[in-house]
Amino acid sequence: MASTTSYTLILLGSILANNILLAKFLGMCSFIAISRSMRTAFGMGAAVTFVTFCTTLLNYAIYTGVLRHGSRFLPAVDLSYLSFLIFILVIAGFVQLVEMVLERFMPSLYFSLGIYLPLITVNCAILGVNLFMIDQGLIYDFAQTAVYALGSGLGFWLAICLMAGIRHRLREADIPLPLQGLGMAVIITGLMAMAFMGFTGMVN
Amino acid sequence: MIYLYAILVLAALGGGLAVLLLLAGRYICNYGECRVKINDREPITVQGGGKLLDALYANDIFIPSACGGQGTCGFCKLRVLNGGGPVLPTETPFLTTVELNAGARLACQVKIRNDLEIVVKDEYLLVQRFAATVSAARMVTSDIREIRLKLLDPARIDFRPGQYIQIAVPHKRETVFRAYSLASPPSMAGEVELLVRLIPGGLGSTYLHRVQPGDAVIFTGPYGEFELDTAPDTELVCVGGGCGMAPMRSLLRHVAETAPDHPCWLFFGARTSDQLMYREELEALAQKMPKLRLHFALSEPDKSPDWTGETGFIHQSAERHLQPGQARQAFLCGPPQMLAAARKVLKDKGLDDKAIFADEF
Repeated sequence: MASTTSYTLILLGSILANNILLAKFLGMCSFIAISRSMRTAFGMGAAVTFVTFCTTLLNYAIYTGVLRHGSRFLPAVDLSYLSFLIFILVIAGFVQLVEMVLERFMPSLYFSLGIYLPLITVNCAILGVNLFMIDQGLIYDFAQTAVYALGSGLGFWLAICLMAGIRHRLREADIPLPLQGLGMAVIITGLMAMAFMGFTGMVN
Repeated sequence: MIYLYAILVLAALGGGLAVLLLLAGRYICNYGECRVKINDREPITVQGGGKLLDALYANDIFIPSACGGQGTCGFCKLRVLNGGGPVLPTETPFLTTVELNAGARLACQVKIRNDLEIVVKDEYLLVQRFAATVSAARMVTSDIREIRLKLLDPARIDFRPGQYIQIAVPHKRETVFRAYSLASPPSMAGEVELLVRLIPGGLGSTYLHRVQPGDAVIFTGPYGEFELDTAPDTELVCVGGGCGMAPMRSLLRHVAETAPDHPCWLFFGARTSDQLMYREELEALAQKMPKLRLHFALSEPDKSPDWTGETGFIHQSAERHLQPGQARQAFLCGPPQMLAAARKVLKDKGLDDKAIFADEF
């Protein structure tokens, strides 16, 4: 049942058709704030992808192992209402840990990510992926969840880099004064979202 | 039963994460011992992983810092020649391009990850930590308290008039430092005087308004770059208001003791007459100092019906009395708007920027 096609579909679906930024509109704050230059957008995308992937797998294990009804270790009780609390705890703890490791062993990466790393803790895209995973956790197995999490992260990475590219080009453009800055960024986001809607037919 | 499970699961996960992070902190963030070379001194050995500012304080090097290492005051500037890593976004607002090119950093933001080579101002190496007790305290206006500290260890302080000290203020479980100008002349080396205006909610002023005679106070000092120009034809012009009186009392009393013939001006502004402090003391000084000219001005004279002296802002008084074309050195101490206005007047009177020293609060 878990064929290569299903993995490809999940991957493409999460990157393009159900792009966490442009279809679900999660993580907009960092998307708008950090897409001013390609370098930082790239770094942010990489960090989000990494953290999304790891925390989703961790939380998948916790959810299927302990929280949900019929879980491996506590099958009799349904603790799924705790998932919000526990997911955010795990994300925060994981980001802390990643920060420590990077600072010690990869200082150059640590400094180039700078403030974005701790910001990821409160990035709603990551919690969003974690929570969608529950919805799909009933269908997806571990490997499929991994692909889904990776795809969602890559989708964020792709979208933020595209945005940075467009905003880079717009720097020289003659934009009417009232639309400069955030106004234009939001319009572009809308246009990109419409373009990404085109992928819906392809995957479904 | 289900609640018990919920609490157990949450506690286990939270506790597990906390333990994991603590262990990770202990093993991953262990940077070992690092050597910090300061100016041309022998390197000192410190435990890595901490902030440079804390390491310097632990080694009795007291560079100024007013915010307790939060990165909000920008006082703890020094130059890091080697090993400081890139400048953090928390530091850039405080550093100019010229400073950045010279390697300037904020000591409270630099984490010690490896051996460092730093340059601090030589005068900071002379700064000491003093243990003192409050020997007297009184209110001189409705909100300004004069506090006298008796030095215990070391028993004397050497400083120049116009310099300041940093009082250690206990705050929760930490210590923050707040800067106060010395109001006493250097000759009174065994004791120092401070003037503290009570600022509602202010950490330092609340603390210093609460201490009683006999209480222990810790401070570091002296700091400050002002140097009195003792050339006999250079007039000293002091302009200030409120607690700005503190460094001026120190300066004028010092001049009275060492060179009573030195020409001096004091322009002191207040809103109402009950905010004018030390008038008798200053007028007594003027008896001893033939070339000391005192000018007080009230900006809200309607509230002081007995007042017969000058009215208006203090920079206007300075504008009226100072004639251009005289060699002068100015010491300004007061609120920012007062200093900006006074600086403009002094420049119009021909003073060079270098001859104007401003101490804002």
